[in-house]
Amino acid sequence: MPAIEKDTLLKIYSNMVRLRVFDDKVNLLVESGIRITQHSTRGQEATQIAATAALEPTDYVMPYHRGWGWAIGKGMDPKILLSELMGKGTGCCAGKGGVHIADWKLRIMGRPGVQAAHIPIAAGVGLSIKLRKAKDVVLCFFGDGASNEGNIHEGMNLAAVWKAPVVFICENNLYALFTPNIETTSVQDIADRAQGYGIPRAIIDGNDAIAGYEAVKQAIDRARAGLGPTFIEAKTYRIHGHTAMDRFHLGGYRPKEEVDEWEKKDPVKRLREGLMEIRMATAQELDEIGQKAKEEIEEAEKFAKESPYPTREDILRDVYCEA
Amino acid sequence: MAAREMTYAEALREALREEMARDERVIIMGEDVKINVWTVTRDLHKEFGDRVINCPLSESGFSGAGVGAALTGMRPVVEIMYHDFTLYAADSIANQAAKYRYMCGGGDFKVPIVFRVAGGGSSGGSGCHHGQSLEATFIHFPGLKVIFPSNPYDAMGLLKTAIRDNNPVVFFEHKLCYPIKGVVPAGDYTVPIGKAEVRREGKDVTIVSYAYTLHKALKAANQLAEEGIEAEVIDLRTLRPIDTECILKSVQKTSKLVTAEEGTKMGGVGAEIAAIVAEEGLQYLDAPIKRVAAAEWIIASSAYADQMGIPQADDILKAVKELF
Repeated sequence: MPAIEKDTLLKIYSNMVRLRVFDDKVNLLVESGIRITQHSTRGQEATQIAATAALEPTDYVMPYHRGWGWAIGKGMDPKILLSELMGKGTGCCAGKGGVHIADWKLRIMGRPGVQAAHIPIAAGVGLSIKLRKAKDVVLCFFGDGASNEGNIHEGMNLAAVWKAPVVFICENNLYALFTPNIETTSVQDIADRAQGYGIPRAIIDGNDAIAGYEAVKQAIDRARAGLGPTFIEAKTYRIHGHTAMDRFHLGGYRPKEEVDEWEKKDPVKRLREGLMEIRMATAQELDEIGQKAKEEIEEAEKFAKESPYPTREDILRDVYCEA
Repeated sequence: MAAREMTYAEALREALREEMARDERVIIMGEDVKINVWTVTRDLHKEFGDRVINCPLSESGFSGAGVGAALTGMRPVVEIMYHDFTLYAADSIANQAAKYRYMCGGGDFKVPIVFRVAGGGSSGGSGCHHGQSLEATFIHFPGLKVIFPSNPYDAMGLLKTAIRDNNPVVFFEHKLCYPIKGVVPAGDYTVPIGKAEVRREGKDVTIVSYAYTLHKALKAANQLAEEGIEAEVIDLRTLRPIDTECILKSVQKTSKLVTAEEGTKMGGVGAEIAAIVAEEGLQYLDAPIKRVAAAEWIIASSAYADQMGIPQADDILKAVKELF
């Protein structure tokens, strides 16, 4: 077990549990007929939560479409997150962003709807940090599917040329929509492509929160020291498929055995067992974290459901900045 | 400081220089911006150092990076070398820059960025990948402002306004306007976005144009005057938002409308103006609206042929005379 402080590890565990409970809640809401496009984080909690745990509050996150770990990990209140997903005026984007979650104060810079559009944007945030002589870093998430977009090439080259303080995290969950990446992607290890930009690479077990934290922390330190970007590929798996649409549609494009095999590598269970093994926490303590998370998410649901929708006037506002 | 005579290209360069001197957040990004084929950004790095950034050939990439820099405290002026290349950058401009603030719920999310884009057919045989006029493509996107000046005074004043604006602005420039000379006043001044200008007053017909075609419209108007037709010529200057009031006021006076642009006709700027007048000023008209625009063609890539489908002063003249 590495030298990560107890508080940090417990925060990571707590956030992973909160994320899982949140994710489950969204599934239930979808089943009840509330229209939310959930790209479930189940099975991928470790990297998103551990990576954001390694950030300072003033650091930036450029999120991507899969899950809500980067939001919860960066400190977003689940009730604000859920309100946004439900289109409520109390949401972080005033009901205009939906799944495109953003929060200025938390420095969550907006989750794009176009795959890899945010890679050059992240490089530009990094450029701005350098020009302003600030010390912040940018954590930029994307998936294996997006890794084939042209903007990856352009954005990575820009980040490398500018030695921008950006940590790229590719969560490779083996599928883009319902297509296995073996049909679409020229390499097995997407991190290999980083070499073409002169960017150092690391491949990690994406279901191991501790390994994730350590690798990302190292990359963040490197970026903060002015040494430029790092490419981290986290090998992982999306247990619930692309969206609610294929949550139970296992046989259509992936065998049940494959899903079962990855279920055994559940990152939440793995961290729980690890923490108990090194006697950092007791089962009772960890259960309490779970219980608190359930209560918190119940409250978030109540808050979001009771929150008002924005008015038409509110919805049509903010196309331009009037100031 | 006395009033200065300078070219359109020099006026743009001076606007950049003055804005960079007054606001250290203003940066220049683009391909070859230190030497620069257009001369507009040439040598500014000697004065402003690392705020002038030569970018790789990556229109989508550096345009997106400009958005990221704009979101976090800078005011980038991004040069995209030709209208044609904006299609590589279209996502960064139209999906990201235009929509970022709204999607994030407004508030502190702002994208103060200017995309400077040169273009237009230039008689050099540069053809369909270096000579298109694609401004109409970008007037379709709420969230953007679109400018296309015709002269040095407007070029300087509007570029300054665009840089100071907290919204993304697509600032089109015409290659053949670069050498046009004009007088710009002493000291700092700006030209408001969204205001057209009547360049020539007349009572018989309204010609609405902009950019390099505006000069052809003025030439046509002078010839028409010799034949007893007094044309009022409007220079739009801003294409989004369009100065509807200025157009309607003129049409109310003249009862006839001709639009003139270098882009193609279907879905063009003229189509928008015609639609506005049909919706809000049909009662003023006593003749059909005429749109002068490029032929339904692909710009031929030869110096011999590349003007053949682009509207000339004669085409505007003929269109006007058909209304009498």
